[in-house]
Amino acid sequence: MEHTAYQPKGRFARWLESRLPIIGFAHRSFVVYPTPRNLNYWWTFGAILTFMLAAQIATGVVLAMHYIPEASMAFASVEHIMRDVNYGWLLRYLHANGASMFFFAMYIHMFRSLYYGSHKEPREVLWILGVIILLLMIMTAFMGYVLPWGQMSFWAATVITSLFTAIPIVGDAITTWLWGGFAVDSPTLTRFYSLHYLLPFMIAGVVILHIWALHVVGQNNPLGIGVKSKEDTVRFTPHATIKDLFGLSVFLILYAWLTFFLPNYLGHPDNYIPANPLQTPAHIVPEWYLLPFYAILRAIPNKLTGVIALFASIAVLVFVPWLDTSRVRSATFRPIYRQFFWIFVLVTIGLGYLGSQPPEGGYLIAARLLTTYYFLHFLIILPVVGLIERPKPLPTSITEAVLAKSGAAAEAGA
Amino acid sequence: MSATDTADHPEPTRRDFIYIATGAVGTVGAALTAWPLIDQMNPDAAALALSTTEVDVSSLEPGMSVTVKWRGRPVFIRNRTEKEIAEAKATPLSDLKDRAARNANVSEHATAEDVNRAAGDRENWLIMVGVCTHLGCVPLGQQGAYGGWFCPCHGSVYDTAGRIRQGPAPENLAVPKYEFISDSVIRIG
Repeated sequence: MEHTAYQPKGRFARWLESRLPIIGFAHRSFVVYPTPRNLNYWWTFGAILTFMLAAQIATGVVLAMHYIPEASMAFASVEHIMRDVNYGWLLRYLHANGASMFFFAMYIHMFRSLYYGSHKEPREVLWILGVIILLLMIMTAFMGYVLPWGQMSFWAATVITSLFTAIPIVGDAITTWLWGGFAVDSPTLTRFYSLHYLLPFMIAGVVILHIWALHVVGQNNPLGIGVKSKEDTVRFTPHATIKDLFGLSVFLILYAWLTFFLPNYLGHPDNYIPANPLQTPAHIVPEWYLLPFYAILRAIPNKLTGVIALFASIAVLVFVPWLDTSRVRSATFRPIYRQFFWIFVLVTIGLGYLGSQPPEGGYLIAARLLTTYYFLHFLIILPVVGLIERPKPLPTSITEAVLAKSGAAAEAGA
Repeated sequence: MSATDTADHPEPTRRDFIYIATGAVGTVGAALTAWPLIDQMNPDAAALALSTTEVDVSSLEPGMSVTVKWRGRPVFIRNRTEKEIAEAKATPLSDLKDRAARNANVSEHATAEDVNRAAGDRENWLIMVGVCTHLGCVPLGQQGAYGGWFCPCHGSVYDTAGRIRQGPAPENLAVPKYEFISDSVIRIG
């Protein structure tokens, strides 16, 4: 299914290729790589996520040139970045809102996988690497949120590190070890800074494995059926490259709008109050992208069980390739699963809303119902629907389906 | 010794022993080398040195509280009113979620009666680490259904002896080690 291999032209290219075949590798992976001809715009989020990782690293490295990770100076150094550093305000707003855009793209990318069955055989390892990236992103974002050392930073750090006190026997020792003291303080801030700088490069490493695994098994596509012939594919460049660039451009409009017109919309005013270890703000909530998990934590009235549920809500994703028992990948051909998929999307959005509300009365009851549903979806609905559902007939090939569709469109147009 | 000789021997050979011994020494060495990298994150000498705080409470009338910082955390010192003391004493042990005293000044097995929570014969004084035992927020004083403390983060409610009554927190607020070094000065830690 190769679309013409790389032929080094010129003496230097031949000299290099026989010593380090990196140009040939890039050519095979990103130029002639066969990509299914029916990919839709939901498939551009992989490229968008790669761009966002690079953007976060670039803005983060330059912010690190001005930021001071010490409790008495951190808050002031962030204000210094905002007021004094050339374009400091822009870089910081890009970085803070970039985290939101990164998670936004990540969640779309994951929902796309769940809808089209991209997690299913033979892409299990690819999916699990994605879940590892999500976990690393959550850790990175959390530690980054602590760095401005405002009230929300401090209390987010306190609440989240205190999750470890729920571990029987060794919990307190682990928490003290994480803090480097008896409470969240300067040592905690400095180590979070160190790890916040390290983790994105670990994410980049796992992204390389993720893309490697993708290129071994090949991309899924909206029909969820395998590539059978060369006609089912097109060259990555220009087809996918240009489509990715267009998707990215539209995405960047949203990113720029947020950064320039609503830079603090997703933040909390309390984080412009310097950290005060003697006073907790009246209402503490995490950033929007962690709200569903926070709602699950608070839905459970027992500390240890709540913490276990929080971690289980992410860990359960690892097992989705095996919990989903259907042999058909794409929800296009799965009439029952498709409905449950959209219910699940609404449930996660509902959990996000409940995570932002105080944990009392009706909010708490709703959070408990939706938390139960979240786990039911993975542990009961996915396996059972796969077994009892009667999928619609699959097309015999991607090409056939694409041509049938464009034929129908041509007739309708005529 | 020929090659077939060793292949025929099912029992461990000298070479197997050397492999295992080398691997074991390497593993222990790696673990010992890793320890400084891990232990450096534990509280350092400077953090440990801040272990006591002295507070003058002579100006606190009944119904007044002060929050002081000890080891980077808030400590609540409250001069309780007659009503608060009476309510705390009237609560039977069976109404409590956590029946342990959680008081570093009395026996580990002491139960959470008011006498084991407050400062002995100075029963009006209640001294506690102001850190919610759920996830570490600072509860607000004289709030909640029991007139004690209420944690705004996840809704834990403590009574006038700092004992957990409602919400997700598993334990009573901790009473740190302290001592009245005179009638008006308390040393915490």
